Amino acid sequence: MKTAFPFVYLRSILQARRHIVGRIPAAGNSAKHWKGHTLMLIEMRGIEKVYKLGSERVNALRGIDLDVSEGEYVALTGPSGSGKSTLMHLIGCLDSPTAGRYLLAGSDVSSMSDAALARVRNRQIGFVFQTFNLLPRATALHNVEIPLIYGGLGSRERRRRATAALERVGLADRMKHQPNQMSGGQRQRVAVARALVTDPSILLADEPTGNLDTATGNSILELFAQLHASGQTIVLVTHEADVAAHARRHIVLRDGKIESDDANK
Amino acid sequence: MLILEIIRVAFGALLANKGRAFLTMLGIIIGVGAVIAMMAIGAGAQKAVQDRIASMGVNQLRVFADRTTTRGVTRYRSLTTDDAQALRNEMTLATAVVPDMGGQYQVKYGNKNNSVRITGTTPEYFSLRNYQLAAGRFFTNGDMSASQRVAVLGSVAAENLGIGPQDVGSTLRIGGMIFDVVGIMESKGSQGGWDNPDENIFIPITTAQYRLMGNNRINGVTVQVVAQEWMLAAQGEMERILRRERQLRPEQQNDFRFFNQQELATTFAESTKIFGLLLASIAAVSLIVGGIGIMNIMLVSVTERTREIGIRKALGARRSIILLQFLLESITLCVLGGAIGMALGYWVAKVMASSGGWEVIVTPQSLLLAVGFSVGVGLFFGIYPASRAAKLDPIEALRYE
Ligand SMILES: Nc1ncnc2c1ncn2[C@@H]1O[C@H](COP(=O)(O)OP(=O)(O)O)[C@@H](O)[C@H]1O
Ligand SMILES: [Mg+2]
Repeated sequence: MKTAFPFVYLRSILQARRHIVGRIPAAGNSAKHWKGHTLMLIEMRGIEKVYKLGSERVNALRGIDLDVSEGEYVALTGPSGSGKSTLMHLIGCLDSPTAGRYLLAGSDVSSMSDAALARVRNRQIGFVFQTFNLLPRATALHNVEIPLIYGGLGSRERRRRATAALERVGLADRMKHQPNQMSGGQRQRVAVARALVTDPSILLADEPTGNLDTATGNSILELFAQLHASGQTIVLVTHEADVAAHARRHIVLRDGKIESDDANK
Repeated sequence: MLILEIIRVAFGALLANKGRAFLTMLGIIIGVGAVIAMMAIGAGAQKAVQDRIASMGVNQLRVFADRTTTRGVTRYRSLTTDDAQALRNEMTLATAVVPDMGGQYQVKYGNKNNSVRITGTTPEYFSLRNYQLAAGRFFTNGDMSASQRVAVLGSVAAENLGIGPQDVGSTLRIGGMIFDVVGIMESKGSQGGWDNPDENIFIPITTAQYRLMGNNRINGVTVQVVAQEWMLAAQGEMERILRRERQLRPEQQNDFRFFNQQELATTFAESTKIFGLLLASIAAVSLIVGGIGIMNIMLVSVTERTREIGIRKALGARRSIILLQFLLESITLCVLGGAIGMALGYWVAKVMASSGGWEVIVTPQSLLLAVGFSVGVGLFFGIYPASRAAKLDPIEALRYE
């Protein structure tokens, strides 16, 4: 793997060029341009993930090559058990691959210390889970403030940004509510606000509408569409076709491999 | 600030489980309480002993009879007024030779009838021990040589009999014998718990010997030496006189023993050491037991909050932050327990001391020690659960149900 790296890297550069040439940057994204080019955010090569369950080995991912550049809205679909969540966790630096190379915004994640990874999760990644994962005893406002606390922000700036993020997801009137005082849709909005509050490079959402009814789910997806329009890079996992239709790029996973990717067509 | 959030979370977790937190703290409360109580009582006892040492004076020596064992036979022979007389006549290094003898007698005054300790001694006794009068006078050498039936009452003895300053000059009965009350002493306070002069009645030693007790056995002789540097020489002089007076053959060991401030200090240092060891072992055991309880509950807490840990890690909490958060929680438990333990220990010491007759002294060192111990226990027993929390894999933690 190590000896192959220069070639892998070369290939990633070539692919990156192709993206740069082939893609039109989303509107309003100019602030994130680097020397006039679109920045490559995710570069994965030969990513594998093996889970060991006692003597059994589950090959959840078997050789994933994936490039996502800034401003993209990617839908990751595939049957249950195909490895979507596993891939999202790797992208979000919540887990590390068994093999392969992963560059996030140009830096190699696999060689990072725990502190550096925590920093990446804090600054670069916004994760929205299917089950919300809010802290039950904390208010909406405090839930949204947590990433800013770990980011080292002062309390006044924290409050200002958390309030703004909650307003952005339409929860200005629910700041002091605890998760158990809110509906599923409202909880997921809090989770989205929490993911966005640090202004992350990538918003990752693993079946964010999975626990919501269709109407509520659609309102979340509308929110994502707005975010994308304002330049936010999004990777969204879903197994529903109509949800995936919201995205510009569609990747289908099957048995731990990329079956199709319409960016490569 | 980040540290404020960490503190907030730690307190929040404790407040959410108040009952459990209190039960967990119980071990620490008892441990620290025991340490504070025993240190307070120990310091009080120490002060009492020091007062006694001080009351004896640096240039005083006391001699009293001692057991001897020869070929399996244990013998005990009291010192007598004759021994005291010999010392008084022959010692060159003494400025005062003061024997005392004592016994428990029924004392009647009015309708009161108490059992009181009677001490027969010489007038120098009062100045030697620095006793002060509240009313009347001490008895004199004249009283001594005439074996007068005069009594000087300790403050408590007087009070128990209902005798006040205005009653000086009245009479009371000691063992059926009529005595004049000539003086009442000021309260002196306990001299270490075992010999409280306030509870005594003092009479001339001649009266005690010839009229009341009818024997010449004395408790001991206190000798005032001319100067501190002559203590050892004075002791040698006393030994020579007493051996001759008591007709001990050269091969026989002394059947008397000396007691001086030096010896008292040594004995005291020894008992303090034993007391300290006892204290340390009680503290150690209870703090270890308390600490294990805390470790146990912290492990439970980590398990319960696995998902929360996962969420926090996913949001960018470093290992060190999670570690600190749980460590702070266990330290808070310990310090809170320590604080309650201090209050409890102080209270226990007060109750015990008030029944034991000495004061309670809570030193800043003992408080510092208690706080230090609490923090130490919190750190030591908190580090394992906290590091388990810190090392949790974010994804596994998030998946935990
Ligand atoms: N922690 C785990 N331990 C063992 N196997 C796992 C674990 N997580 C996922 N898997 C397995 O890996 C495969 C991919 O799972 P996942 O990524 O959750 O799929 P998806 O999200 O597409 O449904 C599945 O076969 C699943 O059983
Ligand atoms: Mg999944």
